[in-house]
Amino acid sequence: MSIAAPSGIDELLETCTALCADFTYPAVKRWMEQHPGGKVVGHFQVYFPEEIVHAAGMLPLKVMGAGDQIESRQADSHIGSFICSICRSSLELGLSGRLGMMSAFYTHPICDVARNLAGIWGRNFPGQPAEILYLPQNANSSHAAGYLSAEYGRLQASLEKMGGTAVSVDALNRSIAVFNENRRLLRELYSIKRTSPWLLSAREAYALTRAGSVMQREEHNEILRRALDALPERPGRKQDRVRVVFEGGFCEQPPLDMLQLIEEACYVVDDDLLIGMRWLTEDVPDDTDDPLLALATAYLETSSYSPVQHDDRKPKEEMLLARIEASGAQAAILAAAKMCEPGMDEQVAYSRALEARKIPYLMLEFEEKMSALERMRMEVETFVESILFD
Amino acid sequence: MNDELIGRGRRDGNRLFKEWFDELNAVAENPEPTAYVFVMGSMAEVLRAFDFHVVFPEINSLQLAVKKQALEYLNKAEDYGYSTDVCGYVKADVGVQLQRGRHSNGRIPKPSLVIGTNMCNTYVKWVEIWQRLHGCPAFVIDLPGQRGMSWRSEPGEPAFETDRRYVQGQLEELIALCEKISGRSFDIERLKQAMAHVNSMAADWQAILRLNQNVPAPFNVLGDGLTYMGMLSAYRGTPEGARYMSDLREEMEYKVARGIGTIAEEKFRLHGVGPACYPYFRRFLELFQDWGAVFVSSEYLAYAGGGLDLGITFDLDRPLESLAEQLVLTAQRSMSNMFFSQDRLSDSVTRWKADGIVYHSVKSCRTVSTGMADSREYITRVHDVPALFIESDLVDPRAWSEAQLKNRVDAYFEALAARKVVAAAAGR
Repeated sequence: MSIAAPSGIDELLETCTALCADFTYPAVKRWMEQHPGGKVVGHFQVYFPEEIVHAAGMLPLKVMGAGDQIESRQADSHIGSFICSICRSSLELGLSGRLGMMSAFYTHPICDVARNLAGIWGRNFPGQPAEILYLPQNANSSHAAGYLSAEYGRLQASLEKMGGTAVSVDALNRSIAVFNENRRLLRELYSIKRTSPWLLSAREAYALTRAGSVMQREEHNEILRRALDALPERPGRKQDRVRVVFEGGFCEQPPLDMLQLIEEACYVVDDDLLIGMRWLTEDVPDDTDDPLLALATAYLETSSYSPVQHDDRKPKEEMLLARIEASGAQAAILAAAKMCEPGMDEQVAYSRALEARKIPYLMLEFEEKMSALERMRMEVETFVESILFD
Repeated sequence: MNDELIGRGRRDGNRLFKEWFDELNAVAENPEPTAYVFVMGSMAEVLRAFDFHVVFPEINSLQLAVKKQALEYLNKAEDYGYSTDVCGYVKADVGVQLQRGRHSNGRIPKPSLVIGTNMCNTYVKWVEIWQRLHGCPAFVIDLPGQRGMSWRSEPGEPAFETDRRYVQGQLEELIALCEKISGRSFDIERLKQAMAHVNSMAADWQAILRLNQNVPAPFNVLGDGLTYMGMLSAYRGTPEGARYMSDLREEMEYKVARGIGTIAEEKFRLHGVGPACYPYFRRFLELFQDWGAVFVSSEYLAYAGGGLDLGITFDLDRPLESLAEQLVLTAQRSMSNMFFSQDRLSDSVTRWKADGIVYHSVKSCRTVSTGMADSREYITRVHDVPALFIESDLVDPRAWSEAQLKNRVDAYFEALAARKVVAAAAGR
């Protein structure tokens, strides 16, 4: 499969969609072939400062479960019965040897399961150092940026030791510029979703975004540029459809078939899918003497929201209402991954805020590996019809 | 035998708990500054300096479970919208809050301030729930935990000092918030008094835990230990708490000196990982006691006791700095290190002369439960420690399946007994 130069938009989308379901990680393997001795640094959802890995000349790889693509053969005996699927299938990827190319693995204090993953990883893969990058949960402290900058410094020092070379300020600034471009292109992609959702389905936008999780950002930028060039010329007509925001894809990813059945009934004009890749909402200064502080400040000050970050300045329900308003949506789909405590807790806050504003919503529970989608299809169709004929 | 001394810790604990709840009940009627806090990182030292009343919703939920009243409260929260898969501690408390503080121990006052830490991520979500329900200020204090398997960080080292400075900065911000809410100026002497009491409590608690290395063990950590641990939280930083722990140490020393155990004949000694099942508390303990087994140690008493297990020595000449330092240390060595505890568990088994480990995975608490099955696999494979893995919950009675649990527990003891016979035959 060639990722480097698919010709048209349809082929490009097909390639990116295939990458979402290919856990042989062909893009990673290709990068390793092109960079003999190159290190791959895995990191769990949601946000990770990939710029630092990039600046160290390594490939950041987002570990986000295995969707419905692999059978859980070994992980079940390592993980209790009431743990989310993304943790289970991420471990299965490791235990089955599919992530053997990683030189290190980082997780975050996003939830109680994710923190535990560092210990589980450490016990099972002693050759892959596993650590928790302690992203701050007190975003409102005036000391948070300084602390986070130091935590990023710790990460940088680990990478330098692993790679055997120092990471310069210039290299960090160059990487920040590459990622700024990536985020700009993703903002443009989402702008099309909001303004012309008939040109780009939720599933397609998702595949285009997700491709960046397994390849170097320069390559992803090229893919996004080609897609953005081609999309306006794409045949497609506006239809009279309900516009919804999809909320609940910040960590465990819903099955592509679930996204498809939703968009068969309505336009998904905004979402929080893979929000970690779009966490920083503005350009990070790429010309400072302290790029780690710039990244840390951006994480805290110019960033999106999710159920796994506490910030008094960003009450989640207010942020969701703002997302709905900015995208011109009429309704919201409030999804939560089964057994995901932060997601399930937030569903209650979201639903009550939407009720207060009389904004229609539908609550859905999903697992990355679910096959019985017919009932969900009926729920979504009924929900949409109730709006259309209200 | 000094009957007065034996069981004093339980009796005094029950009395002090009642007094504490009576006080909260009175505050619910005549509001005074009240803080909702958690057992891991309660910030009691700071709050005592401002005379905040402290409410531990985890303890409230636990008590509802022990009194077999939790389901009514869980139902209230689920009717409100919370999933059956959400933490039962959270939901039982939401049930209390939705009923304007109604609790079997009296009425729980509304909070003037809610404080959480990142030692449990569900704490953070819980804080947000309180913010929404009560509209009160919230403070999430970030305690950078143990980063990885071989992470070591000592005071004075750059990495530690970065964490310490961050925590100290947050403490200063918390103090400013407490001043604003209470209307009182910060009195550092009051802080030092509370810290001195914690020093005393921690020294006695550390000694009490070690006394359980004796055979027979003077107390069951998952039984009476629950009362002791509750006292560590509810009375942390108070003269009553310091006196209680000193008395408890005296009781345990008395029992050890006379070889008095906690059951008639101690046949098996166990290390427990995770809490008990509180809605079936007595039955849960009986499943093990019926085999003559006593839980002699548990990391549960470390993290859920506020990290006093290794002792705390606050330097009262530099109180804020020392408080931050000890918070980082306890976060890294008694709380978040539970994710990387497999080798330490093996060490505990040796030091407490345990025959094996029981992992009780509880649906409500993914912090303590996520890694259990994997840890069990590791400790069996690497350290040859016989380990049992069972699942239920600490609040929700619907997760209890007695026949299934009993089968597994009985099979475990049969294997342990056979192992003892083989070891005895081999002269080990």
